[in-house]
Amino acid sequence: MNTATTTTTVPMSTTPARPWLTGVIIWALLLSAPIWLPMLGGYTALAGRVLVLGLAAMSFNLLLGFTGVMSFGHAAYFGLGAYGAGLTLKYLAASTPLAILGGVLLGGGLGTLFGLLISQRRGVYFAMVTVAFGQIAFYITYSWDSLTGGYDGLRGFARAPLNLGFTTIDITNNSTAFYYFLLIVFGVVTGLQALLLASPFGRTLVAIRENERRARFLGIPIERHIWMSFSISCCFTALAGAMYALLNNFADPMGLHYSLSGEIVIMTVMGGMRAFWGPLIGAALFVVLQDYISSMTVNWMSFVGMIFVLVVLFFPRGLLGMLQRGVGK
Amino acid sequence: MLQLVLFNVTNGLIIGAFYVLMALGLSLILNLSNVINFAHGNFLALGGYIAYILVPFLGFWGALIVAPLITAVFGFVIERLMIRRVYTRDPVYSLLLTFGLAFIMQDACRYIWGPNGLPMTIPDSLSTPLSADLFFITWYRIFMVAIVITAVTGLFAFLRFTRVGIRIRAGTLDLDTVAALGVNVGMLRSMNFAVGSLLAGLAGVLAAGQVGLNPNMGDDLLMPSFIAIIVGGVGSLTGTLCGGLLIGVAGALTTVVWPAASEAVIYVIMLVVLVLRPRGLMGQEGMMS
Repeated sequence: MNTATTTTTVPMSTTPARPWLTGVIIWALLLSAPIWLPMLGGYTALAGRVLVLGLAAMSFNLLLGFTGVMSFGHAAYFGLGAYGAGLTLKYLAASTPLAILGGVLLGGGLGTLFGLLISQRRGVYFAMVTVAFGQIAFYITYSWDSLTGGYDGLRGFARAPLNLGFTTIDITNNSTAFYYFLLIVFGVVTGLQALLLASPFGRTLVAIRENERRARFLGIPIERHIWMSFSISCCFTALAGAMYALLNNFADPMGLHYSLSGEIVIMTVMGGMRAFWGPLIGAALFVVLQDYISSMTVNWMSFVGMIFVLVVLFFPRGLLGMLQRGVGK
Repeated sequence: MLQLVLFNVTNGLIIGAFYVLMALGLSLILNLSNVINFAHGNFLALGGYIAYILVPFLGFWGALIVAPLITAVFGFVIERLMIRRVYTRDPVYSLLLTFGLAFIMQDACRYIWGPNGLPMTIPDSLSTPLSADLFFITWYRIFMVAIVITAVTGLFAFLRFTRVGIRIRAGTLDLDTVAALGVNVGMLRSMNFAVGSLLAGLAGVLAAGQVGLNPNMGDDLLMPSFIAIIVGGVGSLTGTLCGGLLIGVAGALTTVVWPAASEAVIYVIMLVVLVLRPRGLMGQEGMMS
């Protein structure tokens, strides 16, 4: 009979034998996706969704996997990023970089403010307060009809061609060009995340995850680190949301709903929350499965629910977690 | 004007009563098992649908008693089969598990009973208004409030005077010690989960009589219930009770002056509480950490 009240974390993954191998395989697959994906019956927009949701999940994993704090409301920042980008394009300027900036400022800014209120909280209470805050964002977007289009979502904007000074790249109509634009942004952001995690700041976050009390005894200001981690994670998630709005030329209020927050969490756990690339793998699996299931049956919700239950009960370490343990043996 | 205010206060108390039933169940489970039950709204819907099946056989009164009990048994089984497996793991797993359950249960209800709303018949004696002046207060509403008061009183008496109830309260404070004293903590948590499901099922039957049934009927109540817990203070059932009534009445009173903001006001209350009194109205210091 299990009587322990203290929650034990999933054991640390052992360092993989070839840490660079996963990254190389992933980049090779991503770079060549427009070539092999149509052969398998996929379409480039699907690859774009994988990239965007993978980016959101990886940004979320800065908190869950590397700081050990569980936000259950990250859809809010994702959705705010999407609306920020959409509103910028619609009302301010027809510029793709400005739209991305608008999304990051809206989602990241609100996330940073809100982080101030919650950095004291831990565990399920942190999750509960973040869910409730996410619903505030959802509710405001949903009700502010005149600005956001309410239930129907924000329409009437389109991504603008990229003007590099010497040349203009048409990412508006050419979906392959847009995919590579997404991939470049994805590469820059994940590169930044890798640098961040390797920095003293990133190592401190891992120290907090592993033993908060010991980190506090070492004089580390825990609350400030958690707040900064939350803020950074929200900014990156908002950036992913802005890319999502550009991908679809549409911002959807369901993009802020807590069911998407849950999906971001399951992607992360499914791929392996202790692995840097885990959330991307999880996002790819989840997006493809969801796409397939919802085209097969109207009862797709049950199947998505089954994915949640099965992953939690039988594959809690996620795909990369299991692979890495296999290599380590 | 007075009638309008009175109308909305009554409405608010009734909505608040639903929040209270939901939030108390959630709070019980959260306090003892450290699990946020995202499927709680679906237990509510399940209770309503079970009553819908039972009404032709047992009548409304029989269904009112039996349906919550069946929901409780269902909750007990779910806890035994699935939720107890993740208690020792990172809390993220219990959230994901109940999240997935919510998807499955909602879809199952839609599959079995159809996506459209179903009406539930209530006895004629309950559907008549109190009087011509108070046309908006039907006997059913009075009856609902009475049932909720009875249920809440019953719950507090159960926690205060029965052996299991005392153990649940003790376990909330220090589960290790309770286990060391020889209490079967696993069974205690299962029973606690069943009690929470019972309250959700009861709320489901009452809601079905008021607004009918549909597969998403619990969803709109889930988020306000979270807020009731946060506002009232995590760890305090009395706090949850006050939080639920407070946001119910506040929402309804806002409808009088500014209908569009009636839903926003509960979020505003939550933010104000989080800024001014982070532990909630009656929460213990440090319980939220």
